[in-house]
Amino acid sequence: MIGRAVAAAVLLGLVAAPFIPMGGMRQYVLHVAIQIFIWSFIGGAWSLMGRFGLVSLGHGAFLGVGAYTTTLLWNFYGLTPWLGTFVAVAAAVVLALVVAYPCSRFGIIGHYFGLVTLAVGEVVRLLIIAERDWTGGSLGLTLKTAGAGGGLLAAQSADKRIFYYAALVVWLIGLWVWVRLDRSMARAAMEAIGEDEVAAASVGVHVARFKLAITALSAALTAFGGILYAQYITYVNPETLAGIGVSLRIVFAVVLGGMYSWLGPTVGTALTITLQEYLRVKFGLRLIGMAETIYGLLLVVFIIFLPAGIYGSVRALLARRRVPAPATA
Amino acid sequence: MIDPLFLLEAAINGVLLGGVLALLALGLNLIFGVLDVVWIAYVDLVMVCMYLVYFLVMIYGWPVWIAGLAGIGLGVALGLAVHVLIITPILNSPPVNQLLATGGLLFFIQSFATFLWTTDHRSIRINLPVVEVGGLFLSFARLIAFALSIVAMLGLWVFLRRTFIGTAIRAVAQDRGAMALMGADPQRVYLVTSAVGGAMAGLAAALLSIQYSVHPYFGAAFGPITFMVCVLGGLGNMLGAFIASFVMSEIISLGGVLWSTEMGYVIAFALFIVMMFIRPGGILARRER
Repeated sequence: MIGRAVAAAVLLGLVAAPFIPMGGMRQYVLHVAIQIFIWSFIGGAWSLMGRFGLVSLGHGAFLGVGAYTTTLLWNFYGLTPWLGTFVAVAAAVVLALVVAYPCSRFGIIGHYFGLVTLAVGEVVRLLIIAERDWTGGSLGLTLKTAGAGGGLLAAQSADKRIFYYAALVVWLIGLWVWVRLDRSMARAAMEAIGEDEVAAASVGVHVARFKLAITALSAALTAFGGILYAQYITYVNPETLAGIGVSLRIVFAVVLGGMYSWLGPTVGTALTITLQEYLRVKFGLRLIGMAETIYGLLLVVFIIFLPAGIYGSVRALLARRRVPAPATA
Repeated sequence: MIDPLFLLEAAINGVLLGGVLALLALGLNLIFGVLDVVWIAYVDLVMVCMYLVYFLVMIYGWPVWIAGLAGIGLGVALGLAVHVLIITPILNSPPVNQLLATGGLLFFIQSFATFLWTTDHRSIRINLPVVEVGGLFLSFARLIAFALSIVAMLGLWVFLRRTFIGTAIRAVAQDRGAMALMGADPQRVYLVTSAVGGAMAGLAAALLSIQYSVHPYFGAAFGPITFMVCVLGGLGNMLGAFIASFVMSEIISLGGVLWSTEMGYVIAFALFIVMMFIRPGGILARRER
């Protein structure tokens, strides 16, 4: 009951946030908030797989396929991103299945799965760079701006509040998907698969079907997050949307926050982005790399001492404290 | 039409790159095969040693070979530190945690290097002659690196096959539990292996620093390919990794000339993915089951 009230209050606060007077800070705060929502959504999509031992180190591939598909369709064929999104998500799902099917068929799990997905992420990044004639290579590509009044068609907007609400809704949908899956039979099946595939199969769990489904879902959501990010920034770059760098960044934020709990990815992402912004604003160019240095170190410490992440550990601590209470009452 | 001589030169450069990859892979293969832990940050350790060699030579004016020895020493220290500080506490947790913890180390090293030394590319400027063989121009630095890496490989092979501790390492590689049952101490074997693996990283750093410039993203550039070489060759299989290095480097080198550098890597990575599916035990493995 209390939890529900807190959630409602937080949600109300988030909805009202763009109208709170912040002076000149408003644009900046909104910008940071939008980034947190989008990357939390992407992190949540990753954790759908990650929490079941399907640790992908190549989710950048899906971001890249998603963002570049809509961008190229819009820039070269004028196809509105509203429709391009469907093509892009479909493309990401196809890629996910092409990789996941043989992985499941030939029993590629654990760190081998990580290495294969890492290679996939790199292949997508390198292909984007190699096709520089139309993707712009490592220089990236700017989305064509819409003409006057065409903002809706181009799914672009200079008003950050529009993207704020869009990102907020998408983030909530991501949380809903996470919780929905968490309460379904699929979760039990996936946990069994994560523990021991052979044992799961022996009690009648359709291993391949569950793995492919969860991978496809995760890839689709990730691609969607990539598209949203590209539409917001109106610029795509192979380094920020594909390859090892961004793939690991997603993984780290989620692990930091806790990949086994629904708010974990959000907590981790919010923390890493806030820390990065804080150091950037406070120290400017003097401390380039300091934010990553700190959270690289934090990550090592967390994996060793608190593998459930910040949010997961705090929740476990609270739960432990709450247990004796009914006994005395 | 591409000049055949041009292709031949690319092929030879591929062989020399292969020597480097083989050297990088050898140390990692030892760690990966024996400890059964993924040191995702392995090539970043190499990078740290390269910085040491660079600074000793360019700032303090040490001769390259002594700086190289210092690099090997640092490699040993780093290897031991990684094992004691990061791997030992999580040796018995799920392997994915080990991957993530060393991933954190990778991030830490890469960003800290950016912070300390900026993203400048630094290379040791020593004048090594270019050798001309029948119209082909070969970098002398690469020839030295190649020769030394083969010597190191043979040395490692002798160490693993002919010494007592080498035999112990192979025993742990086969069965960690049984090793302890025989009354041997696996922790000591782990430490020795980490130290030797670290020394290999230092040696690779010494040899690489005379032909590549060092920058914080060096690990990102060579890390994935090194891992792929190890897996492709079959984990713990030294000969397999050796052959895989040359297969990968030739694809990268020839693909780079025939198409573009990126496409060379794309083909090599795609080959890795496909090989994982059809031959998960490595190129030399006999198909089991």
